[in-house]
Amino acid sequence: MTRGKPDEEEYWNNSKFKAFTFDDEDDDFTKLKESKRAVNSIRSLVEEEDEEDDVEKVSWSGEPVGSISWSVKETESSNRSTGEVRDQSFPKIHTAPSLPKNSSGYSLSSLFKGKAKTGSFQSFSESFGDPSIRNYAPELRKPKSEYKDYVSDWTPEETVKRMQQGKVYSLEKFRSLQDKLLLLDEAVNAHDGNVITAVLIYLKKSLSKEILFRELITREIALSHYIHYLKEIGEQKLLVELFKSLDRTEDMALMQYRDHLNIRDENKRRDFLKNCLSLPFSPDDATHVQDHYTLLERQIIIEANDKQVESSGQADIFKKYPRKASILNMPIITTLYYSCFYHYGESDGTFSSPANIRKTFRISDKQFLLTCLGARAKLKAWFDVDALFTTKNWLGYTKKRSPIGFHRIVDILQKNNAPVQVLQDYVNLVEDAEQKISLAQKYKCHDVIINTYRDLKDRQQLIVYRGKVERGSSEYRKIEEILSNSQIRWKN
Amino acid sequence: MAHSVRRDAPELPDFSLLKRLARDQLIYLLEQLPGRKDLFIEADLMSPLDRIANVITLKQHDVDKLYKVEYKPIVSTSDQLCFLIRPRIKTVKWICDVVNTDKAFGRFRRYKIIFSPQKFYACENLLEEQGIFGDVTTDEWSFYLLPLDDDIISLELPEFFRDNFLEGDQRWVRTAGSALHLLHSVYGPFSKVYGIGRCSKMAYESWREQVEEGEQRARQAEIGNVFLIDRDVDLVTPLCSQVVYEGLVDDIFRIKCGCVEFGPDVTSSDKSIKVMLNSQDKVFNEIRNEHFSQVFGFLSQKARNLQTAYDKRSGMDIKQMKTFVSEELKGLKQEHRLLSLHIGASESMMKKKTKQDFQELLKTEHSLLEGFEIRECISYIEEHINRQVSMVESMRLLCLLSLTENGLLPKDYRSLKAQFLQSYGIDHLLTFSNLKQLGLLVEQQPGETLTVMESRVGKLVNDKTAGKLTDAFSSLSKKSNFRALGRRLNLVPKSDEEYDLRVPRDMAYIFSGAYIPLSCKLIEQVLERDGWTGLEEVTRMLNGHEFAVTGSNGSDARVKTDSQRIILVMFLGGCTFSEISALRFLGREKGLKFIVVTTAITNSARLLESMLDNHA
Repeated sequence: MTRGKPDEEEYWNNSKFKAFTFDDEDDDFTKLKESKRAVNSIRSLVEEEDEEDDVEKVSWSGEPVGSISWSVKETESSNRSTGEVRDQSFPKIHTAPSLPKNSSGYSLSSLFKGKAKTGSFQSFSESFGDPSIRNYAPELRKPKSEYKDYVSDWTPEETVKRMQQGKVYSLEKFRSLQDKLLLLDEAVNAHDGNVITAVLIYLKKSLSKEILFRELITREIALSHYIHYLKEIGEQKLLVELFKSLDRTEDMALMQYRDHLNIRDENKRRDFLKNCLSLPFSPDDATHVQDHYTLLERQIIIEANDKQVESSGQADIFKKYPRKASILNMPIITTLYYSCFYHYGESDGTFSSPANIRKTFRISDKQFLLTCLGARAKLKAWFDVDALFTTKNWLGYTKKRSPIGFHRIVDILQKNNAPVQVLQDYVNLVEDAEQKISLAQKYKCHDVIINTYRDLKDRQQLIVYRGKVERGSSEYRKIEEILSNSQIRWKN
Repeated sequence: MAHSVRRDAPELPDFSLLKRLARDQLIYLLEQLPGRKDLFIEADLMSPLDRIANVITLKQHDVDKLYKVEYKPIVSTSDQLCFLIRPRIKTVKWICDVVNTDKAFGRFRRYKIIFSPQKFYACENLLEEQGIFGDVTTDEWSFYLLPLDDDIISLELPEFFRDNFLEGDQRWVRTAGSALHLLHSVYGPFSKVYGIGRCSKMAYESWREQVEEGEQRARQAEIGNVFLIDRDVDLVTPLCSQVVYEGLVDDIFRIKCGCVEFGPDVTSSDKSIKVMLNSQDKVFNEIRNEHFSQVFGFLSQKARNLQTAYDKRSGMDIKQMKTFVSEELKGLKQEHRLLSLHIGASESMMKKKTKQDFQELLKTEHSLLEGFEIRECISYIEEHINRQVSMVESMRLLCLLSLTENGLLPKDYRSLKAQFLQSYGIDHLLTFSNLKQLGLLVEQQPGETLTVMESRVGKLVNDKTAGKLTDAFSSLSKKSNFRALGRRLNLVPKSDEEYDLRVPRDMAYIFSGAYIPLSCKLIEQVLERDGWTGLEEVTRMLNGHEFAVTGSNGSDARVKTDSQRIILVMFLGGCTFSEISALRFLGREKGLKFIVVTTAITNSARLLESMLDNHA
């Protein structure tokens, strides 16, 4: 990249080396060509040539090939990588093929010819200096009439190489299925996704989809590229057919399901999801998609109803806590939270009631409790919170139970700014004494701490704690009272 | 805290040259469309562009107005439009619309698309199909490498990860090869190349071919050794919470192209500021690799020193004061500004992390890494999901569970997936499908299914293809084998030992002493052994594709020159700041210097967000 002018010796060695290889390969090439001719009956190129001769040679930028501006551009683009002007009288030493050149394009075999025809020194030097195209260089030195025969006779390997380097190439000559597949396999072997896709685009245009699909089944890597390409250009229908023919029905179902994301209107979206129900999902996914449809269906009903109730100002809850957003397209749990917030206590017959949502979507006890707790705590409905945990046994005694640890419940309540009186009830329910005390200390539930130390008969800790509370406060008095109680048999 | 650099640690090569090359080429390309023109820039090219050029540079080359590509109809009145974009179908489609709209209104303009770092045939094909091939000229801006810091170079291709590992599209392989080739021609010749992973192997091949196509001149090598590694060789590491300062800043504030935006909570004013985070920032440079728990102490010590330095003023006479102001004050002020910034950032991060029970989260992560109390971990994750805490965090924990346990038990998988969909939306069905495909979150399979499938398909095709197929299948069925790897490589130190984070003894310090990143451990082992000998079992568990090759100039480099101790590590699919910190640590221990080349800086959130498919 930072190359200065090559010193003389370096140049000399290089050019000598090249000249040698050049001639050497020239022979090989001739031999190869001859044997090829003998073996194959070469397709008549005459017609194609004639056609090509009629067409004006135009480069990708639209300028006639060989024109001054064209050649200036070529010069510039080949020099670009080093950012310096090369001495044109020296063969170019390619230092940075990593910076691909400009001259790529479709069916531009004519460009290559054009260069040779004009005999421009620069195009010669270009091919001279580039060892990668040494193989084809001899054709430039042949009389015009001869190279025409095989100018586009690049092997799959050569073609792929040219494509990788951004050089002119031609895919039209790959007409038999075998040739096409050889080309594809060669592209795959070169590990260049860009070229693989380019070949696939050509195959897509020139093969029936049935044949192409069939061949792709055994070509995993090419298949991935094809699928990705179709996804990117949005050829949904073709993808569906492809997945079908590959027997990848779940992928097909998911891909079709994905389309609902593009539908804005909720009613249309719901109808689309309804249609999705018949797609061949895996059993588990089918349940989820069914849920998705049911959910949206209900959200539409709830939304319409609540919007109306809210605007009419009938219900206090909406006045006090105006809805921040519509419930449409929210997850199930968010919908449950919403329902616990705005529709608590409704009979389970209504779609909007928490009980109904819980049942319809098979929500676990734990999940239901957490969501409900969050919603009721947010509303500071401590009575509802209590009721969530209260169970009656057969004797009619009530007891608080929870499917999750009470220390978690305390945490959630605290995050919802529950007052100490509420918090301490739940801190008291924590079973582990140590955890109970640490929570109580964190949230300043004095009573809990004092009682726990009393129950543990831990006089020392109680005395320590007395030092922490305000002198003369009710807590302080309580500790004094307990410490002076002669009934307690302290352990220390 | 400031580690003394070993006397013999070699100097890093100067990478600013790469910036200059990129800038020069861009200027050249802009001049290819002479005259005034409006420039449309792809959103994610703007920050990289900022690092190498500025608006003045662009204006000097006849760029009139600058726009961000927003996929909307344009308002430009210019006669010449230039588009600086990534080679993406979506963007090219939009350009086609722009051009065809102009055509419909009979408006004549000149258009030029500059693809960076290269163009794709699929894009050109779209131009052709839309009938504007020829109306639009195209060019390539070979801006492969952006130096983010003295020892970090990024390709800024975050899509590499998804394209390559999820979609199976090898479009960036040659790009990686070309990037490597560029480094090779400027800072090489390399003498040794090690690597592991399918993509690494292909990138190596691509690079080798490009070297063969070109000419290598004899020059003094600045970088001797190269290590290539696929991101999917180690997916556990990028999914762990980062606790080293730079990584944590990235997790919380998201460092973009070496620059971070600190909000009002950090600056304790009403405005946000953008700060460059690199070795130029003296305060940052000293804390970036430190475990977060060490940072506060360091910063307060610094603050005290600063106070002392300021206090010198009292009792100075006029002359002394003059010297103080002219020589020291500026530096002190600068340091003051940086200190208060990083103190603010630390405070803000502390607040955020305590709010979400960071300790408990880390405990769960460490248990997963250790394979300890897995049921408790599962209920922690479940509750995380139930409480609808951050979706990406829940997904991260699920993936960590799956990767460390070689997949979830079918009943756990079903139940956790159902709860996840309930909490975060059923359209995440698509995300789950992606995670499964990549092997990030899978169900444990009864062993047989796959082999049956393989032999059935195998019969259909000839041997060569069958080999390829098996390859593809094995990547599908890829097991992480994390536990076995962990034991083999001692990745998880025994938890009963105390780990002194002030004096780290190994790379595990970047994860509070709980885990040595697999990626970095592999690098350490291979460099130590000068190859993969003795690691056969490890590579087998990692699905093979390892290699170690010596170049022609490697054999005579027996004398350990400086370049031999500079190791370029290329992460294909992204690497995290924590891994970079670990490598810096390793470098200090061994007297080596690591240069990290990555397709992008990643972290758990970026990695997982690239898997999301629940948006239109």
